[in-house]
Amino acid sequence: MILMQGKGVSTGVERGTIYFYHRADATVVKRAVEDLEAEKLRLTDAQKAAQAQLEVLAEKCREEAGDESAVLFETHAMFVEDEDYVDAIIGVLEEERCNIEYAVEQAGIRFAEMFANMDDAYMQARAADVRDVSRRILNNLMGIVAGGIDSEEAVILAADDLAPSETIQLDKSKILAFATQGGSGNSHTAILARTMGIPAVCGLGENLKPEYAGRMAYIDGETGRLVIEPDELTLTAFKDKHDKQVEMKKLLQSMKGQEDVTLDGKRVNVYCNIGSPDDVAAVLANDGQGVGLFRSEFLYLATDDYPTEEQQFEAYKTVASAMNGKRVIIRTLDIGADKQVDYFQLSKEENPAMGVRAIRICLNRPEVFRTQLRALYRASAYGKVAIMFPMITSVWELKECRRACMSVMQELQEEGVPFNADTEIGIMIETPASVFIADELAQLCDFFSVGTNDLTQYTLACDRQCNDLGKFFDPHHPAVLRALKMAADAAHRNGIWIGICGELGADLTLLPTFLALGMDELSVSPSSVLPLRAEIRKSIAKTCDLKLLEC
Amino acid sequence: MKQFTYTITDALGIHARPAGQLAKLAKSYGPDTTATLTKDGKTVKLSQLMMLMGLAVKKDQEVTVNVEGPAEAEACATLEAFFKENL
Repeated sequence: MILMQGKGVSTGVERGTIYFYHRADATVVKRAVEDLEAEKLRLTDAQKAAQAQLEVLAEKCREEAGDESAVLFETHAMFVEDEDYVDAIIGVLEEERCNIEYAVEQAGIRFAEMFANMDDAYMQARAADVRDVSRRILNNLMGIVAGGIDSEEAVILAADDLAPSETIQLDKSKILAFATQGGSGNSHTAILARTMGIPAVCGLGENLKPEYAGRMAYIDGETGRLVIEPDELTLTAFKDKHDKQVEMKKLLQSMKGQEDVTLDGKRVNVYCNIGSPDDVAAVLANDGQGVGLFRSEFLYLATDDYPTEEQQFEAYKTVASAMNGKRVIIRTLDIGADKQVDYFQLSKEENPAMGVRAIRICLNRPEVFRTQLRALYRASAYGKVAIMFPMITSVWELKECRRACMSVMQELQEEGVPFNADTEIGIMIETPASVFIADELAQLCDFFSVGTNDLTQYTLACDRQCNDLGKFFDPHHPAVLRALKMAADAAHRNGIWIGICGELGADLTLLPTFLALGMDELSVSPSSVLPLRAEIRKSIAKTCDLKLLEC
Repeated sequence: MKQFTYTITDALGIHARPAGQLAKLAKSYGPDTTATLTKDGKTVKLSQLMMLMGLAVKKDQEVTVNVEGPAEAEACATLEAFFKENL
């Protein structure tokens, strides 16, 4: 038996094969090559594979999104065998007598530059197509699998750690559980795992060895254990827990369709946090009463160029219509800090958590902001959309956001494009500054939503990415809970509602405190909706107290 | 050699979709029949998809298409019809 102990960050028990994540290492190294004909053959194979993949994509796209989108992939398929492009690749190959990977990369750069330098916006955007096609051929040459998991069946995905842009591109249907060497309960892998309701263990360190790939293992996301070849006793314990898990699921199913009301009649809106339109299925399956946080970053992280207004509109509209009149709170762009996107070309910062991130990027780059706001307001015609701004620290920021909204609404009005002029505007409470001036902010918006991870990080001066802070990073700290009280009191004094969309919302030990604070909404991972509902329905709000706020 | 001149009316010009279709059409007459497109003195083969898009042909611009080879008559007629229909 090999036993590894990490930190359980998403509960559940699973059994499966360990699969090590192969990072899509994009670095192409130039090598001298003797046999050029062999390289040409490799190119032909990679081209054929690329075309086959693109045909599948086009077909899938045609079924799901219609003809227009499918044409994009068909054009990519033609790019793959474009004579000039292929000539350029062969040209580099013969001139430099190098490996074909280098030749493909160079030819790709040359053609992408040609497009990027044109003075026509549409043509400039084609540079991304060329890069995409080159990347696809390179992936085929280098054996990099799209979706990251080269396995027919679902696996326990092991990795050193996963970046947000990596987790977003993973084929989630193939993941039974996550096991990472680094990371913490607040890392994006952990959040993603909780959203998907699958077990995850972080911080396994060096004990998680790559040579374990392919071994059958048991993982427990509660105790943080990963076991290969368990002895009989351990195996029995795992099986018992697995059985209980199945039983619990059955029990929770009975919570579906029930109201989120305490025994003494206090209603709490239980909403869901989601990261992409794909997650709506989980919201509906778990009977979430709305979307309390739709992170719009996936649109920015999953591409290598700015997402267009149209792409964004489609995504927001999909979620808004799927939720069928229930509230969908969409948070505007929140990158920077731990979420980096190359094409934004943000400068390297010593301390990105306090750098140019989130709303600061938007206010610095009005065009990026405007595109997103236009997409949001257009989507507001298709459901109950609410817009939420992250990382607010000052009144002037919120005023500027509101001005940007006004001017976008005016534009749409003039263009005769439908939108809902009463779209709710809210802000994230995630900085101590926003707590201190909550009264003034509340007069300028329709709701507050507390981002507890960032609020904890900024209040306690604890980096949420840091693995070693342990007991110092304490979201139950009275300072954090008192900040919640200040924000809640300010919201209610000014007649607006307040919710929590951070991970803390699902923390059942804090539910009495949240009820005592009068939280109107709790937005949690879809998989946490039913357990939270079960707990709310057992609670009596008026007997809840604020003891935890004492030191 | 066959030739025709056409002024683009499509708002987007020769964008990815029609360019892809043109390249496909141009190749369908075999390797001996070649079709070229000229704009402002710059000439590319219609089968050169990236180069063709690289010309960034826009609305109201005039292009000349030349076709040469055994199937030139048929190819030219088909291409001209395609321009009128789609561009």
